[in-house]
Amino acid sequence: MSFALPSALRVGALALAATLASVAAPAADKVKVGFVSTLSGPSSALGVDIRDGFLLAVKLNGGKLGGLPAEVLVSDDQFKPDVAKQLFEKNVKRDRVDFMTGVVFSNIMLAALPEALDNNTIYISPNAAPSSMAGKDCNPLFYAVSWPNDAYHEAAGAFANQRELKSVYLLAPNYQAGKDSLAGFKRMFKGQVVGENYTKLGQLDYAAELAEIRAAKPQALYIFLPGGMGINFIKQFVGAGLGKEIQLLLPGFSADQDVINPVGPAMSGLFNTAHWSPDFANAANQKFMAEFEKEYKRIPTLYASQGYDAAQLINAAVRDVKGKLDDREALRKALKAAKFDSVRGPFKFNTNQYPIQNYYVRTVGADGKGGLINKSFNTPILKDHGDAYVGACTMKP
Amino acid sequence: MPTLLIIEQLLNGLQFGLMLFLLAAGLTLVFGVMDMINLAHGSLYMVGAFIAAWLVALTGSFVLGVLGAIVLTALFGMLLEITLLRTLYVRDHLTQVLATFALILILNDGVKMVFGTDLPLSAPEALAGPVQLLPGLSYPAYRLLILAVGLAIAALMYLLVTRTRLGALVRAGAANRVMTEAMGVDVKRLFTAVFGIGAALCAVAGALLGPLLAVQVGMGENILILAFVVIVIGGIGSIRGALIGSILVGCVDTLGRTLLQHVLREFLPPQWASAAGPAIASIAVYVFMAAVLAVKPQGLFPARA
Repeated sequence: MSFALPSALRVGALALAATLASVAAPAADKVKVGFVSTLSGPSSALGVDIRDGFLLAVKLNGGKLGGLPAEVLVSDDQFKPDVAKQLFEKNVKRDRVDFMTGVVFSNIMLAALPEALDNNTIYISPNAAPSSMAGKDCNPLFYAVSWPNDAYHEAAGAFANQRELKSVYLLAPNYQAGKDSLAGFKRMFKGQVVGENYTKLGQLDYAAELAEIRAAKPQALYIFLPGGMGINFIKQFVGAGLGKEIQLLLPGFSADQDVINPVGPAMSGLFNTAHWSPDFANAANQKFMAEFEKEYKRIPTLYASQGYDAAQLINAAVRDVKGKLDDREALRKALKAAKFDSVRGPFKFNTNQYPIQNYYVRTVGADGKGGLINKSFNTPILKDHGDAYVGACTMKP
Repeated sequence: MPTLLIIEQLLNGLQFGLMLFLLAAGLTLVFGVMDMINLAHGSLYMVGAFIAAWLVALTGSFVLGVLGAIVLTALFGMLLEITLLRTLYVRDHLTQVLATFALILILNDGVKMVFGTDLPLSAPEALAGPVQLLPGLSYPAYRLLILAVGLAIAALMYLLVTRTRLGALVRAGAANRVMTEAMGVDVKRLFTAVFGIGAALCAVAGALLGPLLAVQVGMGENILILAFVVIVIGGIGSIRGALIGSILVGCVDTLGRTLLQHVLREFLPPQWASAAGPAIASIAVYVFMAAVLAVKPQGLFPARA
């Protein structure tokens, strides 16, 4: 064990204390959480919802996590990987937080993550869950409390099978996540892919692609177009009258509240796949829906539910180790046990600390107050579903 | 590739081109007449779209909303010119770029404070569906409206520039600004008027594209780059160049995304075609610009002889 640096000394001493006398590890007097997310710019809606969900859970807990007063340090990564990296460094090294969380986008998280993991700080991912971290790069300090990046697409492929769709056209932006997503769909889908088109990332107008799709005459169309791209595409798809000829399938985040509001009535009746839905009847979700609407005067998105669950996970783990945050092994075990009532219903961690959970088909319908909201089918389309990469993870349980 | 599909794609290209023209027309006049690089031109497009979305929701009428947005955005543009941009004319281009880039950031956050990050705006109910143009060819009614309005405004702009006194002054200003001032033209008022017209055209584009695209903060930045490509191709300061350039860029972009892919699939192995197609499509417009500039460095219709 090296004692060359003061920080190494501290970590080393704590590790020693933990192994020699874990029973005697003192309970901390508070829990510090570093929350870094995209809170400004065009993509800010997602980060804002994760933050609001997280802070709501803390507030409902009386400002505590696991019985200890919680201090959540919120900062904005401005949608920039380098900014996120600096904020992580500050939170980990200067503020000495117990947990890091918050990031929306995979590319930003992967850039900043080493600052936490290499300094022995646990990261709870409320959204980004790339395949690399599920497989060969899996890490004992990384917990994804959301859903693996290609899970929604696998669920959509399974739904297309269930509907006995024979021909599907696929559309995604021309970058790695776009190709991964369509690969996820194709992993499950048994019918024929009649066309596959990759557009420019950030494209606004899809008239040309829509004409191609019309000419290809598929039974169904599946798109991976996150954020504003999806909003534009769906509006134009409906305007072109293709909705009557072609069944549009969407990943859950392209048919969530932040898409429903700008697109409007055209969303009605569209099918999408997700691990959570606002209408879930479990008690945890009922409470979450009621409290979120009361606090923020809007319907929460998937992202809000994930932020809420991330806080609940931390709450349960800190509670189960009785506030002894320095006993890292016990804390990791408590996190992995995930003894909390998730708003999504059944939830547990796989050996790679990615979720095993159900995925549902949802459809957009009237909320009875003049607006639209997602409603889920009763039976999950994928039950107790993990991910395709867990085999490559060599982490000891 | 069937003929009907080609016709549909040409319509798409023309429609996209005409909307680009609305932005490029104002941009080319400001650049050509005032010698001012206004990066915040795209922000006026955003402001126009937001005002339209707000007014449509307020009045319940799409037409009223669009007309109101045109008037208010023109006023806003003129106010911006008088209070801020006017002081930048004498500065060099780098200062103008820096100042108007700052303006983009300020307007983005200003709009967010006033309206929020996005506003819903839908096409009028009557135009929401497709129309049958030819047997087997249906086209969204709303895109036809955009085509019609775009053509009408292009004609109007042509008449304005070639047939009116204001147009003559604009052409004179673009051809030789110093001489125009020496002849006693009140350049200050002319510039304010030109800026107002540019802002109004931005509002038309923003309001009409709003229902197709999303009315959201930052919507002006992407389209502004293409507008700059258009005015470089068309020749800076030339309305005719902006029109031809816009339609060319619109068609090159649309056909690059479709026809080119079919051609590639004919001649290349499938895995090459699927890799090369999207890559070429995304740079097609810029390759086209480079080709035009190689042959005509001043653009197709340079305003300064």
